[in-house]
Formats: sequence, C-alpha cells, structure tokens
Amino acid sequence: MVAAIKRPGWIRGALGAVLGAAFGFGLVVALRKASGLPAFQTEQTGYPQVVVPLISGPLGFLLGFGCFDYWLRWAVGMPTIPEDHSQHGAKSWKDYFRFNTDHKVIGIQYICTTFFFFFIGGLMAMLIRAELAQPGTQIVDAGTYNSLFSTHAVLMIFVFVIPVFAGIANYVLPLMIGAPDMAFPRLNALSFWMLPIAGLLFVGSFLAPGGAFDAGWTGYAPLSTGAPLGQSFFNLGVQFAGASSIATALNFLVTIITMRAPGMTFWRMPLLVWANLSTSLLVVAATPFIAGAQFMVLFDRALHTNFFQFAGGGDVISYQHIFWFYSHPAVYIMMLPGFGIISEVISTHSRKPIFGYRLMALALIGIVVLSYSVWAHHMFVAGMFSWLRVPMMITTLLIAVPTGIKIFSWLGTLYFGKIHTYSTSMLFALAFIVTFTIGGISGVMLGMVPFDIHVSDTYFIVAHIHFVLFGGSVFTIFAGIYHWFPKMTGRMYDEKLGRVHFWGTLVGTWGTFIPMHWIGMDGMPRRVADYAAQFGDWNLLISCFAFFLGAVQLVFLYNMVVSWRFGPKAEANPWRAKSIEWLVSSPPPIFNFDEIPRVVGGPYEFGVPGARHAIMAGEGAEVEAPTPSVVGS
Amino acid sequence: MYGRLPILKMLAATVAMTAAISAVMLSINWDGQEASTAAPKIDGLLNVMIVLSSLIFSLVVVMLFYALWKFKAKPGDESDGEPIHGNTRLEVAWTMIPTIIVLFCAGYSWKILHDIEKPAKDPMTVDVFSQQYAWSFGYPGKGDVWSQGEMHVPLDRQIQFKMHSQDVIHSFWVPQWRIKKDNVPGITTTAIVTPDKLGTYELICTELCGFGHASMRAKVVVEEPADFRKWVASLEEKVPQPYKESILQDTNTNPLPENEGGA
Repeated sequence: MVAAIKRPGWIRGALGAVLGAAFGFGLVVALRKASGLPAFQTEQTGYPQVVVPLISGPLGFLLGFGCFDYWLRWAVGMPTIPEDHSQHGAKSWKDYFRFNTDHKVIGIQYICTTFFFFFIGGLMAMLIRAELAQPGTQIVDAGTYNSLFSTHAVLMIFVFVIPVFAGIANYVLPLMIGAPDMAFPRLNALSFWMLPIAGLLFVGSFLAPGGAFDAGWTGYAPLSTGAPLGQSFFNLGVQFAGASSIATALNFLVTIITMRAPGMTFWRMPLLVWANLSTSLLVVAATPFIAGAQFMVLFDRALHTNFFQFAGGGDVISYQHIFWFYSHPAVYIMMLPGFGIISEVISTHSRKPIFGYRLMALALIGIVVLSYSVWAHHMFVAGMFSWLRVPMMITTLLIAVPTGIKIFSWLGTLYFGKIHTYSTSMLFALAFIVTFTIGGISGVMLGMVPFDIHVSDTYFIVAHIHFVLFGGSVFTIFAGIYHWFPKMTGRMYDEKLGRVHFWGTLVGTWGTFIPMHWIGMDGMPRRVADYAAQFGDWNLLISCFAFFLGAVQLVFLYNMVVSWRFGPKAEANPWRAKSIEWLVSSPPPIFNFDEIPRVVGGPYEFGVPGARHAIMAGEGAEVEAPTPSVVGS
Repeated sequence: MYGRLPILKMLAATVAMTAAISAVMLSINWDGQEASTAAPKIDGLLNVMIVLSSLIFSLVVVMLFYALWKFKAKPGDESDGEPIHGNTRLEVAWTMIPTIIVLFCAGYSWKILHDIEKPAKDPMTVDVFSQQYAWSFGYPGKGDVWSQGEMHVPLDRQIQFKMHSQDVIHSFWVPQWRIKKDNVPGITTTAIVTPDKLGTYELICTELCGFGHASMRAKVVVEEPADFRKWVASLEEKVPQPYKESILQDTNTNPLPENEGGA
C-alpha cells in the first residue's frame, strides 16, 4: 500500500486530487474566517469554496499522477532518477492509462480521449435536435437547452477537434520528420493529461448548482459574468485545455524546427508538417488571449474586478475583441492540420506529387498571417466602432484566396494521376473538397457586411460553422484516422464498413446542415429552444438527418474497435506512400528508427523515376544519387 | 500538357452548371418578405453572391468529377501518375482571379453598406430599451411616451433606433427589414431603417440572453403617418426614470458612420 502511494500512478493521483482539493477548500475557508466572513459563499457567481478546489484538485492529481516527478526532483536539487525508459512505450493496454512519454502512446491517448468526448458531445447534439424536431419545448426546458448547446460546442471545439489533431500529429509527425520522439516527451505527457481534466470540468458542470454553463461557447459578458456556478467550470476548463494546447504547440514547433532528419530541408517537409508548423504558430500566440478572457470573466465573477461590468466602468465589447482575437485564429487551428491530412491522402491515392507544393506551404503561412487580422468579422452587428467593419471585411474576403489556392491545388493534384478510391480516407478527402467549398462560400458571404447584418446570429451561422467544422474539420479527421489506422494499430480496418460510414456521413451532413442555411435566411434565430411554427417541417427533416448522421457514427466506432482487435495485420506501407512513417513497420518500433533516416528528396515524388524521399538505415549503399526534382532541390 | 484536357468543354460544363444552379436559386425568395429600403439592396447583394458562388462551386465540381472520371486508376494498375509538380501560370491565375473576385465583392458590399446606413435629413428617433426578456420603446420627439412590447413606426420615414440594454447583450432584428444590431449595456448603439411596406412584423432577440431568449419578441407595426400619430397620441405612459438615466449614462462609442470620418 505504501509503495502504491509512493509510486506515480492512479492511486497517488487520486490521493493528490483529494489532498489538492482539500487544501484549496481549507485555504478558502480559513482565509474567509480570518477575514471575518462566513465560511461559505453561495452567491451564484461566487462559490470560492468550489472554484479554488477546482484549480488545486486537478493540479494535485497531475502532481500525484507523476507529471512533475522528474522536474521536481531536478528543481529541488534531489538526484534525478536515471531515465530507464520504463515510462516509454506500451506493452499492454494498461500502459495507455499511465503517464507515458512515448509520442505514439500519447497520440493514441489523445485520439481515444477526444473521440470519447466526441461521442458525448454528439449525444448532446442528438438531444438538441430532438428538442428542435418540433416547435415548442418538449424534451428539455429552455435553461437546460442553453446548457446543452453550450456544452456541445465546448466539448467539440476544446476537447475534440483541436486536440484530436494534436493527437494525430503527435503520432505521425515525429515519424514523418524522422525523429525518435517529440522534443519534450515529459511536457508532451503533461499536455495530454491536462486534456481529460478540461473535458471532465466541462461535463462536470452539469452537477453544479444552477446547471451547466449556458452562455454559449462564446460566453459573452455580461451574460457569463452573472451566470450560475457552471460558468466557472467553463472558465477553468478552458485554462486546462488552453495550457495543454499551448504546451503541445511549443513542443511541435521545437520538434519541427530542430529535430528533422538530416536532409529534410523546409521545402522537403510533408505538408502535414507544414500544416502543424502553421497551426502551432497560431496556437502559441492566440491561445493566451482566450485564457486571459476567461480569467477576466472568472475574476469578474469571483473577485468583482469589473473588467466587463459597465456599471463599474468596464467595457462590455472588449470581451468580444479579446475572445475573437483567439477564437477566429482558432477556426484555422481547427482547419489547417486537416489541410495537411488532405494533402497527404490525396497525393498518395492519386499517385501524384502535390500540385504547386511551395504555393501550398506559402498559402498556409498566408492564412496564419491573415487570420490575425479578421477577428472582428464576428462583431459586425455587435456595436463596435463602425468603420472597423470595412477593413475587417476586406481581410476576411482575402483569406479566401489562400484557401482557394489549396482547393485548386488539390484538384490539380488529381489531374494526370492514377486515382484510387478504394480507401475510405480518399473518399473523405474528395468529399471534403466539395463540402468545404460550400463552407468557404458561405464564409465569404458572411464576410460581406450587409449580408452578415441580416444573417448574423441565425441558423445560417449554424449551417456555416457546421459545414466548415463538420464537413471540413471532421471529414479531415476521419480521413486522417482511416489513413493512419494501419500505422497506429498494425491492423487494417474494414473498407466496406468504412464506405457505409462515409456515405452515411456525407448524406447526413448535407441533409442536416444544408436546410439550416435556408431557415436562417428566412428568419430563424440560433440558440433558441423554441421557434416559429413556420420552420417546423424543415426542423423535423433536419432532426431526422441528424439522427441518421449520429447513428452512422456508431458504424465508425464498431469498425475501429473491432478492427483494432481482430483486423488483418497491416504491412508497413499499405497505401504505397512515400513519407517516412510508411518506411517503418506498422506499428513502428519503440524508438521509431534504429538509425535516423537520411532525407534525399521531396515527400511526394510519385512517378519520378528513381526518386526517393528518404533512405533508411542499412540501405544507403545500394541507392544511387537521387534524381534532382523541382520540389526537392 | 493541358492541351490534352478538353478545356473548352469543361468551361462549357461549368457555365451550364452555373446557369442551372443560379436559375433555380435566383427564383427562390430566400430572405422572405422585403419591408425596408435596405432589404432589396441586401437581397441584390445575395443574388450577385448566388451567381458568383454557383460559378466557384460548379468549377470545383466539374474539375473534381472530370478528374475522377478520366484519371481513375484501372483495377490492378499500380503505376504512378505523371510527375507534374505544378504550373506557375496556372498557380498565378488561381491566386489572382479569386483576389479580383473577392476585392470586387468587398467593394460592392462597402457601397451597399454605405447606401443602407446613409442618414436622412429628417430621421425620426426611437429609443429601444431591452432587458431580460422584454422590449420597450420610447419616442423622444413625441414627449418621451413609452410603449411596452409593441412598437409602431410610420411608413417611408427613416428611423434611427437608439438602443439601450439594461442588463446583458440583446440584439434587435426584424428579418423583413434585414437590419440587426446588438443592444449593449453601457453604450448606445444605432441602427438605421426606412420601412417601406405597411404591415405587422416581429422583432426578434438574436443574441443569447438567458433562458427566456427564445421568447423575447415584440410586435412591430408599420403604418401610415396619420395612423402612427394617432397611436403615439394614445400612449399614456412616459419612459420611466431609470431608463432615462441609462440613456444619459451610455457612452456613445458606436456613432453614426458619417460622424466618424475624421475620427
């Protein structure tokens, strides 16, 4: 027992959580007593006796779980434990539930955790659609409805789309650049373990008095500053998700910049690597803004700081500026890694080099730069300084240009190729091009101020966001999961079930989200539990498609679980791709490479006679000097 | 190498598809009834966007399906495609042409924005007060009379709505007018509307404001100036003192566009 408590793990983690929470609770009560205040404060925005333990409890868990063991010993001058790699790699399923520093284990931890929250968020979407199937309120009351759509959005954004990309990249990216691991494996593990904490805080807010946070995922002040306790769960969950995100982005940046295999110049990096470089640049600079915004709301709630209290001299609209200065770049954080996945899948399955590789990479950087200058297009009707609308409109429309370059370059890649559509990943990639084009077009329309004035905060917005985030990001996530499933698990998935999942998802997506454009333009506002009877038929149809879309995801779940356990063994390179992760076994050996590979050409040299991307250890002798090519020079 | 592609046929297919989609979509009245001078302008902008969007969408679909039809690998074919790495002229084209299109869209939108927000010489001011979960309206030019849950405005006269929220953010939207503006606590925001159709409409709150958000509605009546004068004269209540004070406390950080040219 004593040994179990001393050893990092779940028992010590649970003990840490309890001690941490008790410490926070005790601190609040003691300080309040010392100040002559009643021990507990139960105004709806306050509850310091709950809020402080919500910070100290998770920190206690991380400490107990072993996330800080190595650093703490070093920091206090104790002899550090020699690295014996006992925390590295997975020999059984139990190792996935430990503090593990192997990027491949962490990648799978990320993906499984995020899909867990994807299905919880999806169930909430089903409840939302059940309520909206008919006008009037039938299933949940208006307050619960507000909690449901707020939590749905927050789970999908903060603990599904953003981190699942971090998970896929965690697994694939070090392999792709020929690195044995990420630059900071312990930081990587810490990043992951902050994520379930964020998710549990979001879901756990349903237990708070007054219910889960209900001010939307945007949490606009002053609705959020006056909301019940659940809002504080949101404020704190964002801190953990945000810290996780920032640490991972930093890790990716250092890994990409310093750990590429010899010969991998910037212009020889696969586009997935470029995409994660761009995304990480956005995350490190933008995420502190949402962390700040949520701390300011929390302080307004608990400490009466009046950042956003107009009666106390605060400025209401400044919340939106700070929030969107993160949250607009965030939509690119949720899209750029997907662009990278699509480039890998389309090039591989059309047996063609990416068309205009350099422009594709530059388009990513262009999006990064422009995305910092468009945030106020979310605020065209918010009552901000009126003239600001025009420059924000121009930059917003201009950002369609680099996005268009990507669409056209993917199409160009298909021409004169040998297109294979047997893999589900390629089906999702091809459908993504069309679906994302629709989301892009409605995005350009929303960028035009006069039209935006009409449809802002209507179902048109709901349609647009789901076309870009579901038809866009989630399609790319599925493409990526199917593409690297053999590499990650060493097993093949069932393509027949994959096709059922694909066609069901495609029909479900279009059926659910296309009519939302129409009812939005025709006058249905968003975020309402009840609506005018004239929209009843469309909403019933939308709900039916949504239930179908939800049900089809179970096919995916079944396929993944059963194939992981029983699927036929995968060979090293089932898609005959060129990048380095396919040149090692499936799944790769514990430290990825016996010897670091040598990169000798571009990543997509399909059809170039004799061209190689990388030379693995032990095969250097028999390979001739690589043929120079346009890209790999 | 592009000589090997039936460029003209693909363009023809794109144009035909654009025409077909546009014809269907332009025949539908997406935004509902038009009841203000801004509405036809905004709907006109939507129509231009429908044609441009159909063009882009058709181009993508034609390019995709032609490629899938023409370059699909035969079963068992394990060879690679042609090692084409790009084409600078094509890449410049699909950078420059979309840039021109979006800059046109921006310029056109800017002009329409300018048109629909142009102040008239003799606008009428209506104060809009919002609070969880009700609307009320003051008529400062008519002895500060006050109406709850129902607003009347005269036909064909520009109205400048001055919005004041008492608690959280609400948003003022009459879909038939196509105009929307947030009501922000602490500041006065302005919306300009010239109603040009008689009728009864619904004012909808479009910014999430709490559990009563979905039911925060008010009745809007556009009537002949004579009827409007009669209605205003029939109002007995005055704008309550706290609301008057909230107007004075507001900072005017969202002035009319014409007043901020030199700012």
